[in-house]
Amino acid sequence: MTVASATGPAPPQTVKTGWSEMSGLARREAIEGYLFLLPNFIGFLVFLLFPMVAAVYFAFTNYDLQWPPRFTLFQNFQVMFTSNLFWQVFGQTFYWAFGMVPATIVLALMLAMLINRKMMGVLTYRLIYFVPHVTLSVAAAIVWLWVYHPEVGFLNLVLRNLGLIGPDALLAEGPQWLLTRRTAMPSLIVMGWWKGIGFAMLIFLAGLQGIPVELYEAANMDGANARQRFFGITLPMLSPALFFIMVTSIIGAFQGFDVFYLMTRGGPANATTTMVLHIYNNGFVYLKMGYASAMAMVLFGTIMIFTALQWIYAKNWVHGFAD
Amino acid sequence: MMAFPESLAPPAAESKTGVSRLSRSQSDRIGNVLAHVLLATGSVVFAGPFLWMVMSSLKTQFEIYYFPPKLLPQTVQWQNYMVVFRDQPFARYIGNSMFVSLCVTSGVILTSSLAGYSFARLRFPGRDRLFLLYLGTMMIPGAVLLIPSYALMIELGWRDTYYALIVPGLVSAWGTFLMRQFMLNIPKELEDAAFIDGASRLRIYWTVILPVSKPVIATLAIFTFMGAWNELLWPVIILRTPEMYTLPIGLARFQSRFPNQTPWHLVMAASTISVLPILILFVAGQKYYVQGIVTTGLKG
Repeated sequence: MTVASATGPAPPQTVKTGWSEMSGLARREAIEGYLFLLPNFIGFLVFLLFPMVAAVYFAFTNYDLQWPPRFTLFQNFQVMFTSNLFWQVFGQTFYWAFGMVPATIVLALMLAMLINRKMMGVLTYRLIYFVPHVTLSVAAAIVWLWVYHPEVGFLNLVLRNLGLIGPDALLAEGPQWLLTRRTAMPSLIVMGWWKGIGFAMLIFLAGLQGIPVELYEAANMDGANARQRFFGITLPMLSPALFFIMVTSIIGAFQGFDVFYLMTRGGPANATTTMVLHIYNNGFVYLKMGYASAMAMVLFGTIMIFTALQWIYAKNWVHGFAD
Repeated sequence: MMAFPESLAPPAAESKTGVSRLSRSQSDRIGNVLAHVLLATGSVVFAGPFLWMVMSSLKTQFEIYYFPPKLLPQTVQWQNYMVVFRDQPFARYIGNSMFVSLCVTSGVILTSSLAGYSFARLRFPGRDRLFLLYLGTMMIPGAVLLIPSYALMIELGWRDTYYALIVPGLVSAWGTFLMRQFMLNIPKELEDAAFIDGASRLRIYWTVILPVSKPVIATLAIFTFMGAWNELLWPVIILRTPEMYTLPIGLARFQSRFPNQTPWHLVMAASTISVLPILILFVAGQKYYVQGIVTTGLKG
């Protein structure tokens, strides 16, 4: 992603001359170059490039694994765009992504600034906040299934102890967090914050520590207050980190699968089905692989559009952004 | 071992007069106390579920339902772990996961370092265009490749095999990129000296380039291993027989086998086991982990 603008010393110039004009030494170097690349390139070709091309082709076919794909032109897309379920799933993917990402970023930034101080215990805090990110998604799902469990779950236990649940209380019964349409997705989003904040925090910390101290010294000399320092120095200097997190988090969120598959199976009544789960269900449960491929293309397109938009607007706000 | 010395936080500007210096450090101290309060509160939320998982894995089944709940078990039930290993094939799942993750990790390091070296330091026609193609594929969402990859596995007869779990993961565009970026910065003199001594290209790669690339290899190893260890979607699609299960899918199936009467103490024990290796790996190598993020994210 950050790749097109990757800095660092330039590699040695590519050979501009044709094969026949190359010296023996240069030709030898070129052959060695190809040979070193070969194992990687074979894998790249077979498991990345070829499937990519096939994915585009499948999107325009009727394919169920039993029979060879049958070309059906735009039928898959027609079916998709007239399907209420598809639009519901599409919308829910946005709900998830935009419920997750902005809050995660703001909280992670606050956290990073709190941790980025001269005081004891900083490393311990950093580890604690990061652990959810490296926790196996299945283990995280199991623990959070218990947190949200209506009867024995931790959340309702707390609410019961606070007197919010009970015969005479606000709620007669404990909310069925993951089993109610209205609360299922927000519950998963909160869990997503828990899992995602540590990663964003780590990147912000790296960014914060790259800000030259002299900038703050100069600002203090000019009598800038904390607010001015934040908006005048910290935020602009962090903008590359912010940009990186925004782009990667949005891409990641659009591709969320584990949490939905493990915790709700997309339910209740498809309220937590997002794109990748829908693709999985159609492709591997109903064996509508052409249709699922078409949906994957739409997902790809959506991700591309969002990434492109962020790149386009980046030069307006990202510090030192080069195309 | 830690990547960020705590002293790197921007210090407040020293002022010349003693009076305002005092107030400055005082406000610093108040700030620190406030930060501690906020961070500690947050820590409870963040570590809570994890702590509960570990503690529940050491309780009896009934203890977990106690009301109000207690964090610590009355007597530590180590036998939960024995039960998990004895009655469930978790040893097998862990072995599968370990085998697959190690194969994928060493494969990615090998292919990425070879290609990274080629992209960074050798000249051949079409090199830069090819590299751009690699960069382009880094943006392809995994979900797009799912169906064609599955069809390919069927075609190869690899469904339900280790091949399917390992071989498609042996090449990483991101890993190639990471290696190239690092190898661009290796001084040319190192290579030249060996070249003059008549060393072959492969020998230079092995004895000069790889040894100085240890930090980036560590970075790539950690990311790749964690990714392979945590992968759920691909094994779910490709595996049928329980003997082949990797840890995530084995754990998921174990949990969902008891829709009504979840034996939480056992499930939590199994979960704890699953998290442990990755946690150890992260604590040991977090410097390299952060380095990887910085290389891809912030220097770009």
